[in-house]
Amino acid sequence: MPRPGLPERIAKAVFLSAICALVVFPFIGVISTSLAPAAEVTKAGGFVMFPTEGIDLAAYRSILAGGTVTQALVVSAFITAVGTAMALILTCTLGWALSRRGTVGNRPLLLLVLISLLFNPGLIPSYLVVQQFGLLDSLWAVIVPVCVSAFNVIVVRAYFVGLPAEIIDSARIDGASEWKLFWHIGMPLSKAVVAVIGLFYGVGYWNSFFSAMLYIDDSSKWPLQLVLRTYVVNGVELGGQDLGVGSEALPPQTSIQMAILMISIIPILCVYPFIQRHFAKGVLTGAVKG
Amino acid sequence: MTTIRGVQRAPDDTVRDEAREAPRINISLFTRLRRDYPVLLLAVPGMLVILAFQYYPLLGNIIAFQDYQPYLGISKSLWTGLDNFKIIVEGDPAFLNAVKNTLILTAIQTIIVFPAPIVVAIVLHSLLSNRLRQLVQTIIYLPHFMSWVIVVAVFQQVLGGTGMFNNWLRSHGYDPLHIIGNVEVFRALLTSQVLWKDTGWATILFLAVLSQIDRALYEASAVDGAGRWRQTWHVTLPGLKPIIILLLILKLGDSLTVGFEQIILQQQAVGIDASEVLDTYVYNNGIIGGNWGVAAAVGLVKSVVALALVLAANKIAHRFGEEGVYRG
Repeated sequence: MPRPGLPERIAKAVFLSAICALVVFPFIGVISTSLAPAAEVTKAGGFVMFPTEGIDLAAYRSILAGGTVTQALVVSAFITAVGTAMALILTCTLGWALSRRGTVGNRPLLLLVLISLLFNPGLIPSYLVVQQFGLLDSLWAVIVPVCVSAFNVIVVRAYFVGLPAEIIDSARIDGASEWKLFWHIGMPLSKAVVAVIGLFYGVGYWNSFFSAMLYIDDSSKWPLQLVLRTYVVNGVELGGQDLGVGSEALPPQTSIQMAILMISIIPILCVYPFIQRHFAKGVLTGAVKG
Repeated sequence: MTTIRGVQRAPDDTVRDEAREAPRINISLFTRLRRDYPVLLLAVPGMLVILAFQYYPLLGNIIAFQDYQPYLGISKSLWTGLDNFKIIVEGDPAFLNAVKNTLILTAIQTIIVFPAPIVVAIVLHSLLSNRLRQLVQTIIYLPHFMSWVIVVAVFQQVLGGTGMFNNWLRSHGYDPLHIIGNVEVFRALLTSQVLWKDTGWATILFLAVLSQIDRALYEASAVDGAGRWRQTWHVTLPGLKPIIILLLILKLGDSLTVGFEQIILQQQAVGIDASEVLDTYVYNNGIIGGNWGVAAAVGLVKSVVALALVLAANKIAHRFGEEGVYRG
C-alpha cells in the first residue's frame, strides 16, 4: 500500500488514541481511587484520577481481612481452578475422540455436537435440569453445565485433525495406547490452542455471574461477581463486620468499592499478557476455517 | 506452536481420510467396537455433559404445555394445552413491550454496533507500523475479558451521579448530567457499553481476513489510478464481504437475544418498561414470578424462531452465492 498523506495519518492517530484512551482512562480512575489515601479521596469528592499524596493500601487490607470479599475471592478461585481443569480435560478428550475419523460412531457423535450449537436449551428448562440433578445452591451448578462448550470442542477437534497422521500412526505402531496418543502426542502438539481455550474457560468461570445468581442463594457461597454486583453496582454499603475488620475506622466506601473492582480485574490482567500472543493463531484456526 | 508450523500438513485431507478409514470395510461392528472402545471411552465424559445440559433440557420444554408447579414436578402438574401461549397470541402488553424493546435494541446493534469493528479494523490494518498495531490491539481487546458486572460497575463509577465525570463537571462549575438510571438515555447507555466492551475484540476476525487480501490487488488498483478511498471501496470491502455476511447471519439467529446480563444488572435503576427484553421477561416471570409455564412457552417460541431465522438466513446466503454457516 502507498504511504498515506499527512492529514490521513493525523486523523488515524487521533481516532486510535481516542479509542485507547476510552479503554485506559476508566481503569486508571479505578486503580488510583483504590490506592489513594482516605484524606485525598474525601477531599476530591469520591474519585482520584492522579493521586499525589502517596499510596495507601488500607482499602485492600480491609477487603482482604477475612470478611465477605475474601470469602468470595476463595469461592471464585475454586470455581475457576476446578472448572477450567475439568473443562479442558473434557473438551480435549472429546475433541480428540471426534478427531479420530473412521472409528465407530464418529460421525453421529460429531453431528450431535454440531447440532447442539444451533439451539439454546432455554433458561427455564436449564434451571429445571440443574434443580433435578440436585445442584441448586452448589458451586457445581456454576461449573458443570458450561464445562463442555461445543464450539471449543469443534475448535480443538479441527486442530487435532490437522496434526500429521504419520506421527500418530508411528506412535501407534510403537504400541502407544489411545490415551498415550492423546496425552503424549496430541496435547503437547496443541499447546497454543489448549492455552487459548483454557483462557476462555478460565475467564468465563472467573466472570460467571448470572449462573451464580440463578443457582446460588447462600451468600457464603457467592463468587466475587455477585459481591461486586451487590456492593458496587447496587451500592450496598460494606460495614466493618462484612469486611472482617471490626469497628475501626474504615477507608472511604468508594476506595473499598474500587478495591473490590480491582481484585476482580487483577487476575485477568495477570494472565492476559501471556496468552494474548496466541489469540490470533489459536482462535482463528477454529473460527475462520470452521 | 513452532512444532506445528514446522511440520508439513498432508496436502489433501481426503487422501488421508481414505487411508485411515480403509480397514472399515468388511469388519463386523463387534470387532470395530472392540478396536475402538478406547476412543469411545475418551468421548464419554464430554458427551455426557452435552447430552445432560444441551439435549436433556429440551424435554423440559414440555412444561410450556403445563400449569407447572415446582412442588408437583413435571409428572404431576396439570396439562393445559396451549393456554400458556395465549399470552403471545393475544398480545399481552407486558410481553409486547418486551418484544418491542428487544427488536429496537437489535436494530440499534445491527446499525451501530456491528459496523464499528469493521471501521476500526480497516484503520488498524492501514497502519504501517506492526508494533503500533500490536499495542493498540492489546489495549482494545482487553475490555472483552471483563464481566458484565465489571463493565456496568465501571460505567457507573465513571458516569454515575457521584461518578468521576460528574465530579469533574461539578469541580469545573458545570451542572452534572443524569445518565445512569435515566430512562431517556438508557438505550444509548446500553449501546455504548456494548461498544466499549466488544468493539476491539470483534476486530480480530476482520483483521485476520484483511491480512489475507492479496497485496497485488492493491498494487493493480493503484496502477489503474485508484486513490486510497477507492481502494478501500473496491478492494478492502469486497474482501470482507464473505465474513460480513457470515457474521450477519449468525447475528440474525441471535436477534431475539440482546444484553441479558447487562440489562438484568441495570433493570432496577431504570425500571421494567424501558429495559424489559424477552430474556429478562422469561427470567422475571418464570424464576422470580413463578409463572413457569408461561415463561417456558415464551422461551420455547423464542428458541424456535431463532432457529428458523438461522436456517432461513443460511438459505438466503446460498442464494447470494456465499458459503454461509454450513452447507446442506
